[in-house]
Amino acid sequence: MSKLKTYLKHSFSLISLILICLCSLITVLSIIFIIIYIVAMGVPNLTPELFNLHYNSENVSMLPSIINTVYITFLTLLIAVPIGIFSAVYLVEYAKKGSKLVKVIRITTETLAGIPSIVFGLFGFLSFVIALGWGYSMIAGVLTLVLMVLPTIIRTTEEALLAVPDTYREGSFGLGAGKLRTIFKIVLPAAVPGILSGVILAIGRIVGETAALIYTSGTVADTASSLMDSARTLSVHLYCLLSEGLFTNQAYATAVVLLILVVGINALSNFVAKKLAKI
Amino acid sequence: MKVKENLMKAVFLCCACISIVAVVTICLFIFVNGVPAIGKIGFFDFIFGTHWRPSAGEFGIFPMIVASIYVTAGAIIIGVPIGLLTAVYLSMYCPKNIYKIIKPVINLLASVPSVVYGFFCLVVVVPILNNITHTNGKGILTTSILLGVMILPTIINTAESAIRAVPPMYYEGALALGSTKERSIFKTVIPAAKSGIMAGIILAIGRAIGETMAVVMVAGNQAVIPTSILSGVRTLTSNIVMEMAYASGLHRDALIGTAVVLFVFILIINVCFSLVKRKKEN
Repeated sequence: MSKLKTYLKHSFSLISLILICLCSLITVLSIIFIIIYIVAMGVPNLTPELFNLHYNSENVSMLPSIINTVYITFLTLLIAVPIGIFSAVYLVEYAKKGSKLVKVIRITTETLAGIPSIVFGLFGFLSFVIALGWGYSMIAGVLTLVLMVLPTIIRTTEEALLAVPDTYREGSFGLGAGKLRTIFKIVLPAAVPGILSGVILAIGRIVGETAALIYTSGTVADTASSLMDSARTLSVHLYCLLSEGLFTNQAYATAVVLLILVVGINALSNFVAKKLAKI
Repeated sequence: MKVKENLMKAVFLCCACISIVAVVTICLFIFVNGVPAIGKIGFFDFIFGTHWRPSAGEFGIFPMIVASIYVTAGAIIIGVPIGLLTAVYLSMYCPKNIYKIIKPVINLLASVPSVVYGFFCLVVVVPILNNITHTNGKGILTTSILLGVMILPTIINTAESAIRAVPPMYYEGALALGSTKERSIFKTVIPAAKSGIMAGIILAIGRAIGETMAVVMVAGNQAVIPTSILSGVRTLTSNIVMEMAYASGLHRDALIGTAVVLFVFILIINVCFSLVKRKKEN
């Protein structure tokens, strides 16, 4: 009661409090509305023919796109994860503090993280598709995505490595292990949870990406049979359905699958980071 | 043993240098292809030309620059107050058990792919605005709402951590001097967290200006200078993504020139971001 009275006396406080509550409510409700709307409209449209093994303009099956998404994600990680981890190892374990090179690397990774995905897409188009003559191909998309997720992996790995206490390293050195052995046997295993959650974040970004892929890996809707084949991922598939404008119901269904996939991946990332951190 | 150590050190170093190589090659490819086109069209005709008619050989991207600035400003006007106040709620008011639910939900917002946002906006927000305003519902306002929601997680997360980093004695001191809770927050805590919040806003600007797929679905895509908040616009990003598929010759180079302009915007934003961050660290 006395609280209420104070609020009535101070109109600034009262108005601020109301605004704070209102804005938080808007945030939370808009998220819940988006999720529930997509799920409610999408789930009834999930028909078995959408999961046909082959795409044609009748069934607009999304299964080939899902398979392509898995291919592209796997290949991207195969290249990006080692490079990202090794870069972070250099930055944390080898580089001297305040060296010029480290500063330049920091600036470039930050720049890389800030470049919009359409610019990555354009770069991939100009370099891999045109200059190297690969045409629209899965490999062009993969290499473009590698550049895109590299900063995410480097940053999370760096943080994970920095969080490993120095006593681990000193203990290992004290027992006579070399630097390399210490890194691979002691430091990296201790940093696995952080690295893993970064990798899963990168997966989420790959699965949700459209603009960087549309002009690199192209929009062919069937399952790719080789690296040089054009292949669309699930997000690109959704975009194509929408721009054709004929398949709204199927688009709802695709959106719900995509949403569940990405949200699930991110939840997994949080879970992994928390669960393994306890051990 | 020594050889192996040195070899691996070299491998690590090479990997670390890949990001430098990547940024340099990206810049090279975009600038080498784009800048000559800008020169050919004429710098002023390109940047300040108001007509985009590739078939007639007119390549003025001024409408797109204006549109990108308008929708980003709109997103900031919508997203920053809501995000900032939500961050205040999360850090100063929210009970722990509610926090445990809300925080993951907000992170969820960050993970939704941009096509899904665009799709949602297209099927929900566009018809609503269509009914209210009797335009086709696509335009600056729709795009601003969309981007405003999309940048919320960025703003909330950075603002929240900035507020939490303010020493509690600032807040307690203000309370002890007799301020109400809200007054203490808005007059002492937020000013102290200012540079962190600014850094978040700059990040959000970068995200909004670079967003492509969601924007292309709801912006209307007319390449004219907007006359009202409801007019359809085409941003720099959507210009690239819409016409790249069939462009050739000077038209394609003009699109790459558009990317050069976008890139310069992003570089300016990045520099601002690191300046603010450095100021914060000092």
